[in-house]
Amino acid sequence: MRKVMTGHKAVAEAMRQIEPDVVAVYPITPQSEIAEYYADYVHDGIVHTELVPVESEHSAMSACVGAAAAGARVMTATSSQGLALLVEVLYIAAGMRLPIVMALANRSLSAPINIHCDHSDAYLARDAGAFQVFCESAQEVYDYTLIAQRIAEHDKIRLPGIVNLDGFSLTHTSQVVEPLEDAVAKKFVGVFKPVHPLLDVDKPVTWGPFAMPDYYFELKRAQQAAIEEVPTVFLDVQKAFAKTSGRAYAGFVEKYRLDDADRALVVLGSTAGTAKIAVDALRSKGEKVGLLKVWLYRPFPYQAVASALERVKHVAVLDRAISFGAMGALYSDVATSLVRSQVRPALHNYIYGLGGRDITAEQLAEVLVGLEKVHPDEVLRYIGLRE
Amino acid sequence: MPNIKTLAQREEKEVRFTPGHTLCAGCAEPMVVRTVLNAIEEPVVAASPTGCLEVATSRFPGTAWNVPWIHVAFENAGAVISGVEAAYKALTKTGAVAKRIRFVVFGGDGGTYDIGLQALSGALERGHDFLYVCVNNEAYMNTGVQRSSATPRCASATTSPVGDAIPGKPQDRKDLTQIVVGHHVPYVGQAAVSNLIDLANKVERAMKYDGPKFLNVLTTCPLGWRTPRDSAIVQAKLAVETRYWPLYEVIEGKYKINYKPKAHVPVEEWLKTQGRFRHLFRDPKGKERIAEFQAAVDRHWNDLLRKEQCLSGGEAGQG
Repeated sequence: MRKVMTGHKAVAEAMRQIEPDVVAVYPITPQSEIAEYYADYVHDGIVHTELVPVESEHSAMSACVGAAAAGARVMTATSSQGLALLVEVLYIAAGMRLPIVMALANRSLSAPINIHCDHSDAYLARDAGAFQVFCESAQEVYDYTLIAQRIAEHDKIRLPGIVNLDGFSLTHTSQVVEPLEDAVAKKFVGVFKPVHPLLDVDKPVTWGPFAMPDYYFELKRAQQAAIEEVPTVFLDVQKAFAKTSGRAYAGFVEKYRLDDADRALVVLGSTAGTAKIAVDALRSKGEKVGLLKVWLYRPFPYQAVASALERVKHVAVLDRAISFGAMGALYSDVATSLVRSQVRPALHNYIYGLGGRDITAEQLAEVLVGLEKVHPDEVLRYIGLRE
Repeated sequence: MPNIKTLAQREEKEVRFTPGHTLCAGCAEPMVVRTVLNAIEEPVVAASPTGCLEVATSRFPGTAWNVPWIHVAFENAGAVISGVEAAYKALTKTGAVAKRIRFVVFGGDGGTYDIGLQALSGALERGHDFLYVCVNNEAYMNTGVQRSSATPRCASATTSPVGDAIPGKPQDRKDLTQIVVGHHVPYVGQAAVSNLIDLANKVERAMKYDGPKFLNVLTTCPLGWRTPRDSAIVQAKLAVETRYWPLYEVIEGKYKINYKPKAHVPVEEWLKTQGRFRHLFRDPKGKERIAEFQAAVDRHWNDLLRKEQCLSGGEAGQG
């Protein structure tokens, strides 16, 4: 049944259906309604979940790690400064191979304190060892929360996963979402089977040991092997989800009118929706433009990005955060993807939308129209900035 | 109440904390851990923040823990055990876990008084069912004897050294036991490694309660205190006899001092045996500082006596 809901509510709905054993969450820094929605479910007795209303995001992820190691299915949600505070423990969750799925309402990092959308928080968690998915719409937020849960808990993966949803443009904006029936969603996600749980007291295990130079390197290499399995599992789970839902997600990226394009944008998140409007408008004028939207951000789908872009002549990669002193993080990944291609586009890097600065279809169309005249000289350009 | 024989029998039946760890010679921590684990009859899941105990007992691929045990980071043991206990509650509801399991944290003073205080306070306030044991050796011993907020005044530590301008730690230690009392949890106690039966009894009394329980256990560190390696018990005993470290408990808000030394032993007797206070006996101003130290000990002891008198539940003066 189709329902109108915000991105926050879409996450909460998926979480209600997944029904984790433990949700440890801190609702603020900045405020997210996910904790409030979930508290309603718990206090109304419609889920069996133990809610741990912790005193900080650091403790939220710490309690998630404790609960997951104990043998529970665990979820949480965070945003911005909260992510920055908990990121220490996110690295640990990945190192301990704990399947904790976390919604990340993408909002700017301080200073100055802001609360509106950009991707500086997601980029901060980039190397933590969690897989990351970016969503364009509330529907994708709902769908990818279910998908992420199944990937995270897959026996080859067992890693934390982040479902990114843009602050305000997705979190607080009402859209039409078609959730699965509860029973269908539960069946899709399946039953969680813990590995070496702490609560199996007859088989005592030591979680979180101290590893010196004689073992640390091998253990981190094993962790890399686990995240390298994500793409295969991602495609399988997408396929299973398409079968269940009828929504045909396929691949790590979405190619929009890209096949014959000579110019293209590469974006993450809700800006893809705005970019589609810009592409359609230019296409109607006969311009050969397209869009590449990246769903799976970590592990980064280098080959898929290369094969989607290598025949395009000019590509503008849009980063919604500055990697201070360097080119944008997404640009760097796209450039790495193309480095082995015999034929490759001229690459351009644009920074946009920091701290919730609006991005319009007109601005994106302007980038595409002027793209072949821009010299590709590894210089950052800015959209919608007063200089 | 358990006696040495019962504790030994329990350990014979099930060794919960095994030899072969790399704690220093003369370290008192294993005695605390073994006594606490042996004093609990039910299965235990334990957690530790980063610290001496964690590093020395869990070097991959070995482990000294024969109970399920988890370490996550330095500042979050309170939150980690909250998650473990919440998982236990949830999985008991679903029927996935059937046994009665108890939860214990062993944290050093750095991970408890300082960087872990917020997570501990949150866990106490939320009322999780667990016992937190602070294995308190009064400084960051694992990393080279840096001062913590549990370090006593005047003590020399590597971040409060005895310099020409500032002789050791200028500040008094924090009274964490009282901070925990302020959380109105069912059981709070202070113990010392010199009084192991008292410690075991406290654990047994504490574990009768659901909800958060806290024990602050003075645990000698020969390395950091600069005392002989065979003196851990003597050192802790002197701390108790001089009233520097009172053995007491606060059960459901009621105070009980478990041991009242008959003779007044000056705290100087304790200070003079430790290298970290040696400067007090060389510096011309040392006498004055020792007098101030003694005044602080007396003040805290008298405060405690008054609390026992006022908040004893009718059992004042029985020690």
